[in-house]
Amino acid sequence: MEHIRTPKVENVHMIDRLTPRKSTVGTLYLSSTHTIFVENSEARKETWVLHSLVYNVERFPTNPSGSPLIIRCKNFHVYRLLIPQERDCLDVLASLTRLSRPECYGELFCFSFNPNLDKELREKAWGFIDLKAEFNRMGIPSNLWHVTAANHEYRLCDTYPSELFVPKSAFPAVIVGSAKFRSRGRLPVLSYFHRDTSASICRSSQPLSGFSARSSDDEQMLQAIMKSNPISEFMYVVDTRPKLNAMANRAAGKGYENEDHYTNIKLQFIGIENIHVMRNSQQKLIDVGELAAPSMSDFLWGLENSGWLKHIKAVLDAGVFIAKAVAEDGVSVLVHCSDGWDRTAQACSVASVLLDPYYRTIKGLMVIIMYAHLDGDPKEVSPVMDQFLECVWQLMQQFPCAFEFNERFLIQLHTHIYSCQYGNFIGNCQKERRDLRLQERTHSLWPHLWENRAEYTNPLYRTDHSQTQGVLKPLTTAYCFKFWKGMYGRAEKSVASHQSPADCLNAVREESQQLEEELSAHQEVPRETDAGQGIHTHAYISHMYHQAF
Amino acid sequence: MEFAELIKTPRVDGVVLHRPFMPTVEGTLCLTGHHLILSSRQDNTEELWLLHANIDSIEKRFVGSLGTIIVKCKDLRVIQLDIPGMEECLNIASSIEALSTLDSVSLMYPFFYRPLFEVIEDGWQLFVPEEAFKDLESMTDEWRLSEVNKDFSVCPSYPSLLTVPKDIDDESLCKAASFRHGGRFPVLSYYHKKNGMVMMRAAQPLTGTNGRRCKEDEKLINATLCAGKRGYIIDTRTIAVAQQAKARGGGFEQEANYPQWRRIHKAIERSNVLQEGLIKLVEACNDQSHSMDRWLSKLEASNWQSNVKEILTTACLAAQCIDREGASVLVHGTEGTDSTLQVTSLAQIILDPACRTIRGFEALIEREWLQAGHPFQQRCAQSAYSNGKPRSEAPVFLLFLDCVWQILRQFPCSFQFNENFLIMLFEHAYASQFGTFLGNSVAERLKLLLSQKTVSLWSWVNRPQELERFLNPLYEPNNLVIWPSVAPQSLLLWEGVFLRWNRSTKCLDEAYQEMVHIIEYNKELQNKVNSLRRQLAQLETEDGPLQTP
Repeated sequence: MEHIRTPKVENVHMIDRLTPRKSTVGTLYLSSTHTIFVENSEARKETWVLHSLVYNVERFPTNPSGSPLIIRCKNFHVYRLLIPQERDCLDVLASLTRLSRPECYGELFCFSFNPNLDKELREKAWGFIDLKAEFNRMGIPSNLWHVTAANHEYRLCDTYPSELFVPKSAFPAVIVGSAKFRSRGRLPVLSYFHRDTSASICRSSQPLSGFSARSSDDEQMLQAIMKSNPISEFMYVVDTRPKLNAMANRAAGKGYENEDHYTNIKLQFIGIENIHVMRNSQQKLIDVGELAAPSMSDFLWGLENSGWLKHIKAVLDAGVFIAKAVAEDGVSVLVHCSDGWDRTAQACSVASVLLDPYYRTIKGLMVIIMYAHLDGDPKEVSPVMDQFLECVWQLMQQFPCAFEFNERFLIQLHTHIYSCQYGNFIGNCQKERRDLRLQERTHSLWPHLWENRAEYTNPLYRTDHSQTQGVLKPLTTAYCFKFWKGMYGRAEKSVASHQSPADCLNAVREESQQLEEELSAHQEVPRETDAGQGIHTHAYISHMYHQAF
Repeated sequence: MEFAELIKTPRVDGVVLHRPFMPTVEGTLCLTGHHLILSSRQDNTEELWLLHANIDSIEKRFVGSLGTIIVKCKDLRVIQLDIPGMEECLNIASSIEALSTLDSVSLMYPFFYRPLFEVIEDGWQLFVPEEAFKDLESMTDEWRLSEVNKDFSVCPSYPSLLTVPKDIDDESLCKAASFRHGGRFPVLSYYHKKNGMVMMRAAQPLTGTNGRRCKEDEKLINATLCAGKRGYIIDTRTIAVAQQAKARGGGFEQEANYPQWRRIHKAIERSNVLQEGLIKLVEACNDQSHSMDRWLSKLEASNWQSNVKEILTTACLAAQCIDREGASVLVHGTEGTDSTLQVTSLAQIILDPACRTIRGFEALIEREWLQAGHPFQQRCAQSAYSNGKPRSEAPVFLLFLDCVWQILRQFPCSFQFNENFLIMLFEHAYASQFGTFLGNSVAERLKLLLSQKTVSLWSWVNRPQELERFLNPLYEPNNLVIWPSVAPQSLLLWEGVFLRWNRSTKCLDEAYQEMVHIIEYNKELQNKVNSLRRQLAQLETEDGPLQTP
C-alpha cells in the first residue's frame, strides 16, 4: 500500500474515444492490486484493471477540463481518463507506474492472489497439466527414445527442464558433448513424436560452429536423432532465422550446421524475424487498432506497414513446412533459431497443432502453451506467445470445426499470460520456477479455465468430424490472413456488440440439452444423440455505433 | 437459325477441361447458340454448361498444334480448355467471342429458355407498384400514386407509376422533372413507419452555372416536411464534384432556395472508377504468388474496400437522419441511378426489418433497382476481366450486394437469407436464363415484352425447393433498426465472391452444414417436447374431474 498516494479520486471521466457522448463520470480507486473505476450512474458499473496488466501509463498536458491520463494494458485494452485536479493525476500516474512495475517476484499479484482454495485442492490443481503424462500420450516407443538423467539438477543446461527425451542410441558422452557445442547448453531434445510415421520434432539452440568449428558428439547426436526414425534416410535441420541473420552469427562463433560435416542433413532457413523486429511490428499494429477514425486506406496501409501479418504468415509457413516433413515425408526435423526459444517454440508449437488433433482441444492447447513456453522463454515483453495464439486463430478461420475451443479462450489465455494472477507463467524456466516454490505459493490457472470450459467451447466442434482428425493443411496465401479484430481492435468491440453465430449456436445447444433432459424424463429420448444441440429464442439485439456526422 | 453462321466448328473431340477444385475432364466440346458444353462419356464426371453470356473475355495460347483457351467468366471463375488442332481452337475461340458479345438483347438466352419447372407464382406479377402503394396507404394518406409518367415521356428511366406528395399535381411534377437530370424528379423511396419520416430520391437539379431554380421542385420536396421541421439533402458526391457538375448544366440545391434543408456531401465514387477498382481487386485476388505486402497494397490500391465503407457510411447517415434525427431525407448524386440507389436501398435494410426477409429483399431490388431505373444491361455488360475500354460498365450492384453482405456478417441472425442468396443475385445480374435483369429501365423491359417472352428470376427462386438453399438457419426476426459498424476493421473482403475460385470452401461448407444440423436437431427436439407437453396437458384435463370428488 505504501506506493498508493491517493487511493480515491472523484469526478473522473472515462472517455469513450469513438463516441464521446458515451463517456461516463465516476470515482477512481487504487488498491494494491487493481485500479477500479465505479460509474456514478445508477448501475454503478465497475471496471477493474489489474496493475500487472498495465503496460504503460501516459499523462497529457492539463487542459481546462482536467488532466488526461491514458492507461494501456498488455492485452491491448486502453483506458482514457480525465482527472479534474492535476495533482491527483500526477499521484495516480506515479502510483500506477510503480505498481505496474514489480521490482521483485514477491510483488507479483500471484503471490497475494488467494481464491480461497484449500491446500489439497491447490496441489491437485498444479497436477492438472502434467508433462510426463503428455509424453506418455504421444506414445513414444521406449526402444528408440528415453529420458536422460544428464540434466539432473540442471547440470547440463539450466534453462531446460531436468527430464529430457533423447534418442536411446545417444551415449551420455555424446549428450554432454552436444550440449557443449550448443549455445547455452541447449542440446537437441525431443519436442514432439509423430506416431503415424515415427518421425519426430526436436529442438535446440544454434551450434557453436562459427566459421569452421565442429563437434563429432553433436554430429553423432543428430545422427542418433535421424536413426530414431527407422524408415528415413535423412533429416531436416530447420533454422527459423533469415539466412542473413544466421550467417552473421557465425562471426560470433555461433551460426548453423555445416551440411558437409553432418551426415544426411538438409538445412532449411525459414526467415522468421527476431524478437526486436516483432516487437516493433506489433507496436505498429497496436497503433493501427488505436487510430481514431481511420479511412480504409489508413487502415490497410497501416496494416501493411506494420508487417505483422507477414510475420504471422512466416510463423505459420514454418509450422506447415515442419508438419509436412513429419507427416507426409516421414522425415524428422530439428528446429532451432539462436537460443532456441521464441521462434523455435513458435514453429514447434504451430507444427504440433497442425499435426496432432489433441492440441486442438481445450486441454491440449493448455498443454502446448505450458510445454512450449515454460521451457526457457525469457519473460521479457515479447510477442512470441501472441503470435502463436494468432496462428491458432488464423487456423480457426480456415477450419471452423477443427478446434474444441473458441476465440474467447485464446483471448482469455492471452490476458492470463500477462496478468500474473496465476503462477503458471512466472519464471523463465523450470529451475527458476522450482526455486520460487510457485506450486506452494501461487495458484494454477488451468483448473480455473477448465471449470469454465463451457464458455470457451466451439459449438461446431465434434470429435468425429473430419476436420478434427489428422493433419491440418492450411493455405498460407497472403489473402488467407486476416486482421485479428478480437485481439487488436478492442476499442471497436467495446461499443459494438455484434451478434456472434458461435454464441448463438452455443445457446441453441444448451437449450437442446435441456430439451433432451426433459424428454428423457418422459422416457422419450430420440435416437439421434450424437450431439446436444438446439435453437434459442434469444433476441440478440444489436446496436452499434456508426459515425456521427 | 442465325447462330449457325457464328459457329464454324460446332463440336471438337478430345478437349481437356481444367476447372478450379475439380478433376480434369476430357470430353467433347459442343457450341450451341447460347452454351458452351463439355461432356465426357464417363459417368460421375460433371458436365460443363456455360452460358456464353457469362463469358467476360478469352485468351488463346498455342503449343505446337495444341491450343488452349482460357475462359474468364463474369462470375470471376477462370477455366481452361485444351483443344487439339489449331484450326479447331481458332474457330472455337472466334465463335465464343462472337456469341458472348451479341448486341441484340432479343437474341439473349432468356428469350429461348423454357423452364423445366411449372411456374406457380409468376415473378413478373409479384412486385407491382400498386401493391407497394397499398401498404403505404395503410400508414399515411399524404401520398398519391401519379400516372404522370404513363408513357415514359416525363422520365424515360422511371416506371409509369410514381409515389409523390398528395398536394403536388402532375403539372408541377412535369416542371420539377424538367429541372432534374434525366427527368428524375424527387419521388418517395421509403416511409419510416415509426416516426412518419421519409426518404426520397432524385437526380441532380439542373441549376447550371447561373443558379437556375424551380419553384415546383422546391415546393415538391418541401411538401414532405412537417411544419417547422428541417430535412437533409444527401448529395453522394463531394462538394468539388458537385461544383464541377454545374459547368455541364447540373449542380446542387442552393441553401437560399431550399432554406428548410441542410445539404451533406459524401464521396461515393462514380461508376467508371468503380469498374477499374473491380478489375484491380480481382487481379490481386487471382495472383496467389503475392507476398503479404504486395497483396495488402494491391487490395488498398483497388479502393474496393474504401468504396464499401463510403457507401455504407452514407447509407448509415441517411438512416440516422431518419431514425435518430427524426428528419426526412432526399438522396441524389448525378444521374440518380447508381450511388443514389445504393444509399436508399441500404438505408432501408438498416431501417426496415421487412427488407431483411427474402420476399422483402426481392421487393427492394425490384423497387429500388429494377423499377428505379438502374441500367443493369449497361452496367453488367462486362465484369472484372473486360479488357476493352469500359463504356458504361460498373459494379454498382455488386458493391451494393457486398455492403449487404457486410451487414449480414455483422448481424448473422437478422436476415432470412444467407450469403448464397447474394452470390446468386450477383451471378444472375451478369448472366442468366431469366429475363429479370435484362434491359435498363421499365420502359425498355416493356418494349422487349420480357414478362411475356421470358421467365422471371423470382418465379424460379421462390419455389420452395430452390429457396431452401438460400435460407439462413440462424434467422430470428428482429424488428429493430440495425446499425452496422463501418470501421475499416469491421469490413472484410467478400471472400465468397472474390476468393470463391481461389480457395476450397470444403471446410467452411462443412461448418455451415454443422450449424444447420445443430439447429435442425433442436427443432426436432422442440417438436417432440411440445407434443409431449400437449399430451400431458390433455391427460391432466382428462384426469382432472377424477381428482376432484
